[in-house]
Amino acid sequence: MTTTTKNLVVLGAGTAGTMVVNKLRRALPDPEWSITVIDKDDIHDYQPGYLFIPFRMNKPKQIRKTKRPYLSEDVDLVIGQVERVDAAAAQVHLEDGRVFPYDQLVIASGTTPRPDQTPGMLGEQWHREVGEFYTYEGAIALRDQLDRWEGGRLVVHITELPIKCPVAPLEFAFLADDYLSGKGLRERTELVFVTPLDGAFTKPMASKRLGKLLERKNITVETDFMIESVDQDAKVIRSYDEREVAYDQLVTVPLNMGADFVGASGLGDELNYVPVDKHTSRSTAYENIWALGDASNIPTSKAGSVAHFSVDVFVENFQDAIAGRPLSHSFDGHANCFIESGGGKALLLDFNYETEPMGGTFPLPHVGPMSLLKESRANHLGKLAFRHIYWNALLPGHPLGLRADMQIAGKIPI
Amino acid sequence: MTTTTIAGHEVEVNEEGFLTQPDQWSEDLAPELAKLIGIDPLTDKHWELIRFLRTDHAAMGETATLRRVSTQTGTAVKDLFVLFPGKPAKKMAYVSGLPKPKGCV
Ligand SMILES: Cc1cc2nc3c(=O)[nH]c(=O)nc-3n(C[C@H](O)[C@H](O)[C@H](O)COP(=O)(O)OP(=O)(O)OC[C@H]3O[C@@H](n4cnc5c(N)ncnc54)[C@H](O)[C@@H]3O)c2cc1C
Repeated sequence: MTTTTKNLVVLGAGTAGTMVVNKLRRALPDPEWSITVIDKDDIHDYQPGYLFIPFRMNKPKQIRKTKRPYLSEDVDLVIGQVERVDAAAAQVHLEDGRVFPYDQLVIASGTTPRPDQTPGMLGEQWHREVGEFYTYEGAIALRDQLDRWEGGRLVVHITELPIKCPVAPLEFAFLADDYLSGKGLRERTELVFVTPLDGAFTKPMASKRLGKLLERKNITVETDFMIESVDQDAKVIRSYDEREVAYDQLVTVPLNMGADFVGASGLGDELNYVPVDKHTSRSTAYENIWALGDASNIPTSKAGSVAHFSVDVFVENFQDAIAGRPLSHSFDGHANCFIESGGGKALLLDFNYETEPMGGTFPLPHVGPMSLLKESRANHLGKLAFRHIYWNALLPGHPLGLRADMQIAGKIPI
Repeated sequence: MTTTTIAGHEVEVNEEGFLTQPDQWSEDLAPELAKLIGIDPLTDKHWELIRFLRTDHAAMGETATLRRVSTQTGTAVKDLFVLFPGKPAKKMAYVSGLPKPKGCV
């Protein structure tokens, strides 16, 4: 009997990478498969918490932990910046020169905001009058900006789609409305939502509902706005078709891009996302490369819920692949997003590749407790509670009792 | 879904006027579609982009986003706005007989 060890290397120990190594460590026999996960640092942030920091609904220390305690003991964590994947030689190169050969590779390096991609964004006022909440530092800086806020034009802006958690900017606008009302500043604040889309959201049904909600909250919407530059002196953003939107405080979501090493390795599209089969997460270029979470190009939301559902499908298929069997499971693009709508309420969106968001209840048909596409207090509490579920059940890879595929029972088309 | 006649061809269009069957499109439709949205005449540069969109759609199964058109054809986004004023991503797709780009979910 030969006992050569095979190497599974996972790039990125964020939401997807952590879940996948923990689940696979249980599923794969130990000496036969070694599992190594590489990340540039040992910090794990609960990113949905970034949205709450500016409004003091989460404290920074509640959303930041170290990575190692969340990884199975029998998984090797390597701290280092991935520079390049040599797919032909099946090797990963780190910036510090270390090289890791692999039999199977999972790319789970996520996506990050790239303010450097829009002229003028990274000026003197970056993280001041030009704020963002897609990073830990940005969210804290924005909290401090809002502390100093006395009124004026507050502009919430999306640079370009796709972005992770595409509903987060809307949520920010809703929460800002609420927060400023509470501080008696809402009447002195003009709230504006600027988007490159032709409506509030990408999915037509949800877009209509959310559009109405914006209207009700007196938030003006500027659509089809493709930003060309930020002018920090004039305090305006300019679009390619020469429109200008003035701001006193800009809250932008910069262009989101996958990791640079993906592009540098010839494994990415124009935004460094790895092209994969949307049902199996397998690279369209190499059989032994897979991409999970925000790093791939699958046409559904870049969200933790998607990472979770697709990891479940992947774990089954991966075991088929290494046993030489045809892949037996298929991911349907299931996404499940809470949308904070202010006033202690939230909506819940549930959709997949084929099905638009529907009304109804979740996770139990007809019972709930959470209602889809309607504002409710239970949805809001669900969203707040999710932080605990994330750290204690999701990352360790414990079953949550949610099915990976979307269930149609209990949902009604709106 | 309605059927209409453009340049002598029967085509199916959706409520926004986009062709719903990419294979009902042929090059002689493009100038007519372009006129309908005020682009006349189509220059070589327009054609280069239309042909890219058609080939890319056939290969990828999806309409290219504005960024993809820009990087793959080496055309600055600003120039795309000049060639297809206002809403280049949608207008390019319309003239090329393709669904408007999803690009984002
Ligand atoms: C403001 C905000 C709100 C959100 N709200 C929600 C929500 O309500 N619900 C929801 O489901 N999702 C939400 N999300 C999205 C969710 O956080 C992400 O979709 C999820 O974290 C994706 O997981 P991932 O593993 O793909 O990427 P990440 O968790 O980002 O992990 C990627 C990892 O790769 C590492 N890495 C990257 N490049 C390299 C390199 N070159 N070398 C080594 N390591 C590297 C990084 O350090 C990181 O640890 C939100 C996101 C944001 C920003």
